[in-house]
Amino acid sequence: MGKIQIYIENKPYVVEEGLTILEAAKICGYNIPNLCTWKNGECSLASCRVCLVKVEGEKRLVPSCAYPIRDGIKIFISDPKAVVARRTSVELLLSNHSFNCQSCRKNGQCELLEVAKRVGARPDQYMGEMTKFHYDDVAPSLIRDTNKCILCGRCIEACKNTQGIGILGFEQRGFNTFVGPAENRSFNNVPCIQCGQCTLVCPTGALMEHSEIDKLDQAFQEGKYVIVQTAPAVRAALGEEFGEKIGTSVTGKMVAALHRLGFYRVFDTNFGADLTITEEANEFIQRITSHRPGPMITSCSPGWINYIEYYYPELLPHLSSCKSPHEMVGAIIKSYYAEKHNIDRSQICVVSVMPCTAKKYEKDRKENSVDGIQDVDVVLTTRELGQLIRRSGIMWKKLPDEEFDNDLIGDYSGAGVIFGVTGGVMEAAIRTAYHILTNEELEPIEFTPCRGLEGIKEASLKIMGQEYHFAMCSGMKNAKAILEQIKNNTCKYDFVEVMGCPGGCINGGGQPYVFPVFLPNEDDDIQYTYIQKRANVLYQEDRNRKVRRSHLNPDIITLYKDYLGEYGSPKAHKLLHTSYNYHREKYPDLNEN
Amino acid sequence: MRLRKEAVDMIKEICNRYKDEPSPLMLVLSDVQKEYGYIPLEVQEIISNELNIPVSDIYGVVTFYSFFSLTPKGRYVIGVCIGTACYVKGGQNVLDKFSELLKIKPGQTTEDGLFTLDGLRCIGACGIAPAIQINGKVYPKVKLADIPKIIQEYRDKEME
Repeated sequence: MGKIQIYIENKPYVVEEGLTILEAAKICGYNIPNLCTWKNGECSLASCRVCLVKVEGEKRLVPSCAYPIRDGIKIFISDPKAVVARRTSVELLLSNHSFNCQSCRKNGQCELLEVAKRVGARPDQYMGEMTKFHYDDVAPSLIRDTNKCILCGRCIEACKNTQGIGILGFEQRGFNTFVGPAENRSFNNVPCIQCGQCTLVCPTGALMEHSEIDKLDQAFQEGKYVIVQTAPAVRAALGEEFGEKIGTSVTGKMVAALHRLGFYRVFDTNFGADLTITEEANEFIQRITSHRPGPMITSCSPGWINYIEYYYPELLPHLSSCKSPHEMVGAIIKSYYAEKHNIDRSQICVVSVMPCTAKKYEKDRKENSVDGIQDVDVVLTTRELGQLIRRSGIMWKKLPDEEFDNDLIGDYSGAGVIFGVTGGVMEAAIRTAYHILTNEELEPIEFTPCRGLEGIKEASLKIMGQEYHFAMCSGMKNAKAILEQIKNNTCKYDFVEVMGCPGGCINGGGQPYVFPVFLPNEDDDIQYTYIQKRANVLYQEDRNRKVRRSHLNPDIITLYKDYLGEYGSPKAHKLLHTSYNYHREKYPDLNEN
Repeated sequence: MRLRKEAVDMIKEICNRYKDEPSPLMLVLSDVQKEYGYIPLEVQEIISNELNIPVSDIYGVVTFYSFFSLTPKGRYVIGVCIGTACYVKGGQNVLDKFSELLKIKPGQTTEDGLFTLDGLRCIGACGIAPAIQINGKVYPKVKLADIPKIIQEYRDKEME
């Protein structure tokens, strides 16, 4: 790539060619207000008209997000005409936007509001007819409110490009245009996997998780034993809600906050991850010794479960029957834990804090219940926990570091922690499967081929003379590639890990937003590095744990000895395994009559 | 609505016609509209599977162009031009009159399945504004008083 000279406000700069004005300006120290563009052109419809600038020689103002620089180009950001035009663009967007900022949960992290502030948008400049809006809160995971949509198209691109699905699209035309699933259906009535990746890119509150804070309040009010568990990925990102640098581990403060919020017990979903590993590794060994056709595929990610049920039901026999870790913890709390403490299990409310929106759907599946009682009652996202802590008045910076409650199921291994990052489940499973097969421990413990953020990773390992092949993938586009191999009988893997979101749970749809406009102290390339930074938190915590193998977690050993019996016992099956829906209709009600 | 096998085969055949085109969607939709009569979601799902294009994309295109229809069209499709020239010459009144006499809004079909009423953008007949077309036949300089006669013409045709 060659270098070229450009001018901004008549000052010369030398930058790489091939950039847009917006990108080049950022390198030169100008953040031109913008809304619809995302990650240097991953979405760039130039639809919002907020980034207009003047270019010498052009008759009209140009959108800087789509206009390429050329040698000698003269750009004027503060040209009076451009300043007014940017303000007008935002005022026009506001004229067709919900006026309920004060009750919008996106307030504080709304890019539209921030840009309106920056360009100096004035209230009520344009009053008139507004587009008829649509509101969908039927799905357990996601809410769509087109009254807040600015038609930027980021969610459409995210669903199509990162997940390869394409649930959302523009509908109708002109003034009536809105974004939604086909036929303006609810997310519940289309093959949406509810992963929530769309919520991570929405600049406003048009797409958000379905909040369950009310349900939690009710459980407290009813005087239930409200027991909380937190997924590994939450500790790697919760700090971001309180201004911590991305990549800060906040395990201790998070636990302290949960104690102060009044939970009866604070547990770690990592215990469930350890339990998943012992069950799943055992299941894997059963499968290979009984020569069932491979590969076996992991089942911890509910977005992924939705995907395979909707799009590849014929491959469901490949799925592990293990419940996801938080469901396992819920089932154990409402059986083993309740019995040991003599608590009526109907009086327990299990709350899971997850980096995930699809978990909200997962917890309601009838397959994830024991004797008619759901394993988990409430699922909150990392973002909702942030909201809960802010609501309580707790001052984040004054929180001490505290430990999870050491009460029957409080311990966890380093293997459990790395579940939150793509490849982690596989690495944890290999540590334990190796032990079950050989009765020895795998050395070195860190199995690095599982690490890294590539969409598809491969690894192989020789155990007792037999070579096993593994694959790990994240994001449904990548999963699809492997599923097609299985379908065509060209798949060489024995065991496949699939995570619904690109990078794994650390980049889940319920994690804090990464909008550069609100992160002035992060690096310029933060949108490309934050996943790795969060992953590092989990790998560090794994290194710091004394016990790093799931099968050596003392609470797991006791649980099997005192209660479950062996790995894969009938009792373990009843509590810890689930089943899948082979007949899930993509568009329910469409094929009636 | 469950599609009949013949319908499914027909739509797959249309998709097959344009499989090698760089951008086959418009061509396929256009033929499906012509040959099947309308493009409901069930049909879009088949096209989606055949062409590997998300349903939401197809739905977006179908709802963007007024030429495509999500519901069956009547035997006679009355297109009233409300492009600029026709509008100035009273196209909107013509449209309203049809709407009043047929008791349907633009975009709807009469209960007997005989007529569908559409407002069209310019049909390129500005010199004879206001113009309408019924199943391709163009009527020039339509006066409000002519409209009952025009409707009757097609009702009579149906009686024969």
